[in-house]
Amino acid sequence: MKIFSEMAIRRVLTGIAFSAIAMLILIILFILKEGLPFIFQIGPGNFLLSSDWSPLNGKFGIFAMIVGSLWVTAGALFIGLPLGLAGAIFLAEFLPRWAMRIIKPTIELLAGIPSVVYGFIGVMVLAPIIRDSLGGPGLSIMAASIILGVMILPTILSISIDSIKAVPNSYREGSFALGATHWQTIHMAVLPAAKSGIIAGIILGLGRAIGETMAVIMVVGNAAKIPASVLDSARPLTANIALEMGYATGMHRQALFATGVVLLIIIMMLNFAANTAIKNMVKK
Amino acid sequence: MKLHPRYTQIGAISLLVIATLITLAILVFIIAFVLGRGLLYVNADFLFSNPEDMGRAGGIFPTLIGTIILPLLALLIATPLGVGTSIYLTEYTRESRVTRIIRFGADCLAGIPSIIFGLFGYIFFVTTLKMGWSIISGGLTLAFMILPTLIRTSEEAIKAVPNSYREVSFSLGATRWQTVRKVVLPNALPGIVTGIMLSVGRSIGETAAVIFTAGSSLKLPGSIFDSVRTMSVHFYVLAREGISNENAYATAAVLVISILSINLVSYWIMNRFIASKLK
Repeated sequence: MKIFSEMAIRRVLTGIAFSAIAMLILIILFILKEGLPFIFQIGPGNFLLSSDWSPLNGKFGIFAMIVGSLWVTAGALFIGLPLGLAGAIFLAEFLPRWAMRIIKPTIELLAGIPSVVYGFIGVMVLAPIIRDSLGGPGLSIMAASIILGVMILPTILSISIDSIKAVPNSYREGSFALGATHWQTIHMAVLPAAKSGIIAGIILGLGRAIGETMAVIMVVGNAAKIPASVLDSARPLTANIALEMGYATGMHRQALFATGVVLLIIIMMLNFAANTAIKNMVKK
Repeated sequence: MKLHPRYTQIGAISLLVIATLITLAILVFIIAFVLGRGLLYVNADFLFSNPEDMGRAGGIFPTLIGTIILPLLALLIATPLGVGTSIYLTEYTRESRVTRIIRFGADCLAGIPSIIFGLFGYIFFVTTLKMGWSIISGGLTLAFMILPTLIRTSEEAIKAVPNSYREVSFSLGATRWQTVRKVVLPNALPGIVTGIMLSVGRSIGETAAVIFTAGSSLKLPGSIFDSVRTMSVHFYVLAREGISNENAYATAAVLVISILSINLVSYWIMNRFIASKLK
């Protein structure tokens, strides 16, 4: 009897263990089912490479949105990467353990603030500053980049700290013994050894920036055209979906799911890349 | 001209300090800004009265209910799955291709953006399963979203239970499940609770996945098949449509305080948990 119930529990747990992968497959299947037929119906070329988006006239080109996503993601990296990496080096290498145990969770609290709150601060504080000092509409790629940059900071920071901490102390001692200064040791011995972990952090940050929706909608301006400069408005892929999902029907709704397919493919590629980078880190 | 290493060191370290200070300043600014502008308008009346005129006046009571009930439902569904998965991964199997696939699946799920969860929840729960915009659609969608966090944190917590505990239990003749239930889980509980708290924090702050699955009705829900509006969605609508900046700030303040206190409590539990394991 006891053995019987043990067997049953093992079966149940094995089943449960596949729930995450089952959910993933379910999500991918349903997004593809809604989006792929549409892409093939109007042709991948017309969908991906045309920048004419006017659903009411049956024009569904998302090139401007792809460009928009690339702009804000690159901008977010431009802001988030230097701050995150520098912060990680400083916290991991120069601060005593007790100080890091206070500051690291504090910075990770940044990750807990809802994206709508970031967006709101972008609208109320950042956009007016950009409009008054640099010109343009204010709600722009630049505003979105700064907000997203701050939002991906905790991801980059926290993973970089972990990978810098994982570098064995013998590396540092060897470098000090050769007469290197602390900074030389960091950029010649520690950072190269921590590289793949840091890269994984950057890729995960990238994924977060590309996938972020609500904060971006609020600050990026959402004009469905190819932006001319960072002070211009843009419409990333995520914004395109969320803005029109509320009222879209028929072809239009399918087009939004097709936008989701493109987003999903980009995210999956980033996940694979991050996974490979983490594996490399473990091997060392 | 090549600078002396000592000078490059001073320069580099100053830059690092500046970058760290900027990061901390941003954090302090965000929290101070939201609380400074919003707390003025928060009082019992605001929390416990119904919104009037689309949220232009009145309080946020129905959204408070929505914010409590959606994460609760999501947890009810996702916690058994998450904890079960982590028990399987740590106690019932060895590292193999199967566990790698399961972990990879969870990692991918964690990387999927919330808008995709929203699209999926809309097409699967709302439309295909005909649940409509409802608490149940929103809760199920959120459950999908928080599952990876629950798996990850429970797994860490279970791994932290020393092997000697299990050996003693086995040597007393306990079966594997008895060992899991009476020895492993009670000792891993604080870590699991931390994961649950973090998931609640994430669910409360979520907007994109919720707005397309639970809808945005401002009425008090009568059953789990009614639509509901969470605080995040309410805040988004107030801010985006420029309905009321005052009420938007106040809602944001309540939102930020709830999430910060949840996260602080979970860090506290986690730290005590780690401290007790190090003894």
